[in-house]
Amino acid sequence: MTVISRPKAKPADAIKDASMAKQKEMVNAHYDRLASARENGEKVAATFVPGNLNELLMCFDLVNNLPEVNAIQNGLRRQSGAFVMEAEKHGHSEDVCTYVKSDIGMMAKGNIGPNGKKLPDPDVLLLSYTGCFTFMKWFELLRKEYNCETIMFQTPYMADGKITKDMIAYMVKQLKQDVIPKLERVSGVKFDIDRLREYLKKSAKAEDDLVAVLQSAKNKPSPIDAYFGGIYYIGPIFGAFRGTDAAIDYYRFLREEVEERVRQGKGPVTPDGDMGKERYRLVVEGPPNYTNFRQFWKMFYDEGAVVVASSYTKVGGTYDFGFRHNPDEPLESLAEYCLNVYTNRNLPMRVDMLENYVNEYEADGLLINSIKSCNSFSAGQLLIMREVEKRTGKPAAFIETDLVDPRYFSAANVKNRLESYFQMVEQKRAGARAA
Amino acid sequence: MRTFIGIDLGSTTTKAVLLDENRDVIGRGITNSRSNYGTAARVASEEARIDGRFTLFRRALHAADPGHERVQDFLGALERNFRLVQFLEQLDDLEETCNGQLRSERFAAVAGGLREALSEVFRRLRAEAPELYAPGANRKSDFFRDIAGSRFHAHAEAVAKDAGVPHDILLNAYDKSIIEVENRPPGGDLSEKFRRAMARVLEHDPHLIDGEKDVAQEIERTLGVELEETYLVGTGYGRVTLPFSKEHIRSEILCHGLGAHMMYPKTRTVLDIGGQDTKGIQIDDKGIVENFQMNDRCAAGCGRYLGYIADEMNMGLHELGPLAMQSNRPARINSTCTVFAGAELRDRLSLGEKREDILAGLHRAIILRAISIISRSGGVTNEFTFTGGVAKNEAAVRELRKLLKENYGDVTININPDSIYTGALGASEFARRAVMS
Repeated sequence: MTVISRPKAKPADAIKDASMAKQKEMVNAHYDRLASARENGEKVAATFVPGNLNELLMCFDLVNNLPEVNAIQNGLRRQSGAFVMEAEKHGHSEDVCTYVKSDIGMMAKGNIGPNGKKLPDPDVLLLSYTGCFTFMKWFELLRKEYNCETIMFQTPYMADGKITKDMIAYMVKQLKQDVIPKLERVSGVKFDIDRLREYLKKSAKAEDDLVAVLQSAKNKPSPIDAYFGGIYYIGPIFGAFRGTDAAIDYYRFLREEVEERVRQGKGPVTPDGDMGKERYRLVVEGPPNYTNFRQFWKMFYDEGAVVVASSYTKVGGTYDFGFRHNPDEPLESLAEYCLNVYTNRNLPMRVDMLENYVNEYEADGLLINSIKSCNSFSAGQLLIMREVEKRTGKPAAFIETDLVDPRYFSAANVKNRLESYFQMVEQKRAGARAA
Repeated sequence: MRTFIGIDLGSTTTKAVLLDENRDVIGRGITNSRSNYGTAARVASEEARIDGRFTLFRRALHAADPGHERVQDFLGALERNFRLVQFLEQLDDLEETCNGQLRSERFAAVAGGLREALSEVFRRLRAEAPELYAPGANRKSDFFRDIAGSRFHAHAEAVAKDAGVPHDILLNAYDKSIIEVENRPPGGDLSEKFRRAMARVLEHDPHLIDGEKDVAQEIERTLGVELEETYLVGTGYGRVTLPFSKEHIRSEILCHGLGAHMMYPKTRTVLDIGGQDTKGIQIDDKGIVENFQMNDRCAAGCGRYLGYIADEMNMGLHELGPLAMQSNRPARINSTCTVFAGAELRDRLSLGEKREDILAGLHRAIILRAISIISRSGGVTNEFTFTGGVAKNEAAVRELRKLLKENYGDVTININPDSIYTGALGASEFARRAVMS
């Protein structure tokens, strides 16, 4: 039998626009800061992206370390697979959230961060609970490991789809009576509400620019990919930079870059350069796959599919419906921010939001990337899909991958489904034209 | 005439459908996918063209008209003889390839005896060939590999003994050659093969066209009609391995949806269970896909599962359904993992459960999984069309009917005898539309 072997070509380096390069520098700088936190006498708070209180942490000179961002970075750098297996060796089952397993595995292997340097042990675990119950279990595991102060800040679930005064009051009370005193104790820094106001003012500024960037996708062609590119865009504001000058600079820079692309009538920049003709405009629900991120993205841009809006880029805050951090009501504003994150929204709110995106961004349909190991996000997604489909009359499709477990990314299958979906959209359009 | 061809490259078999300008199917062809999709696609389309010729013969000779039974008998004879001619040709190729093997070091020591043995085996195969294609003969398979293989094995032992060569070496010469023969694209002029078949009919069964006017001329005239391959669309698992450009490729989901619509225009839900995937598809009144779900990451509960069970039970794939039909008390089996199925099977046999009950349980397990996929795709809307290789399995169909009734009430269930061609049919219509509209 003849075996055809192809020379193993190294994939070309990904093409990045200037903002992506800048974003990468910021992320790297933050990891360096974390790695040298001990030497620099800085204390570290571990917290999660949804509902993260970066401005508050900065008031106590705490550096923020986000375990799920570590898992994402390890996924992108193809290290998460080994960490996941390591966690399984320690008794975590195959079905557990792979962010958790990647994190636990990384700790078990010496806690070497994505930049190759050891991450510091946290001084405090701040669990800002916004709808994902796994976060609680995750921090229980970390508390056992680090034996440090743990703070639970509870955000009421938006079961009725609206924010009440009581909810805000309940949260502000927690901040005043529990969260702030504990952070003072851990950090040794006294809380100064004016410092918080200052940071929140900066947050709002960056948030304005972020929203402008995300909404630029209403243009045709869209100058950005609001899912794959969107992951880059949300990095600084969902992570350790909200409330900083660096974030203001980054988002201003990004906005200018994007506005220039609009003026030139250009589509998004992909790892292979400028995207070709925009053929499909999609709204995507659910997180992406990180272990095969580029390969996954390529399945879209090779077909001319651009994501014009995504719910995932709202997990660290929903700004496009008007919310901004407000220096005049600092604690209330932090509460409102947490209430609004996507993971804290009930199913009808998610449906409304996705329906709105399909209509506002003139999308061809909704695609759901359902995550095998994320029950919190995946529960109800088929119902969401049906409902959005019914309301918008646009075709929807469902694919399944995982966050950072490479074993659950079946490229041929995903590609097959995506191609089928794109052709289905095409066929529907042809049908509509014929009718 | 212009023809439009759709090819469905499945993991087990490759199917082709030839369509004319009026959207009528004029030919269908099928072959094993043989891990060589290039050849499989060519063989399947050649088979569809051969079938297409017969359609044209039937049209030319008005075979469908009342009182034309004799013409039908004649066409039956022509087809059998054509298959025989084809078989003999492939046999020649196989013998030549086997003899070519003898030059290799492996066979050098016994080359003399082996040549003699091969020559004897092939003499016997040729001698019995007409019987294989006699009227009413029952062939287990129509694929050359299966027929030649089983007959070669049947003769090899005795011949090897007589010739004084090791039996396994003789089989080895066959094994090495059949792959080569199978992977060779079909050769030779089709019209010539038809003429040879015609000559055989005239020689052996001249009475079939006695008194019929101009049959030979009609056949010759029809052979003169060129079947122009106007446009081709490929679909299925192997489509990406073929040198089709993008506009010649359609997703199998769309093709199955459209194919099912063409067979049964009232179809709204399609279930396709193929070798390695199960698809639940919802279509509208024009055959346009509205929604779909398919298995991913795992092919549990697909056609291959049955293939594996058949191997484990040392049975033919087509014998599973009939045996399972004898069961009145299907075993309750939950796992559809193909690998676990073997263990489950042995465990239950050791507990004294009946083979038919276990098999019925396994069929039910497959269908349960399919039902889950269908419900995720949007449930069942009347009418329901079941396609793919597994639709030929009566036990699977029985379980499907039961479960559909339980879950969705009375639904019209369509199963076409040509359901295996559904994907290729849809693809051929896409090919036709690419040119005609």
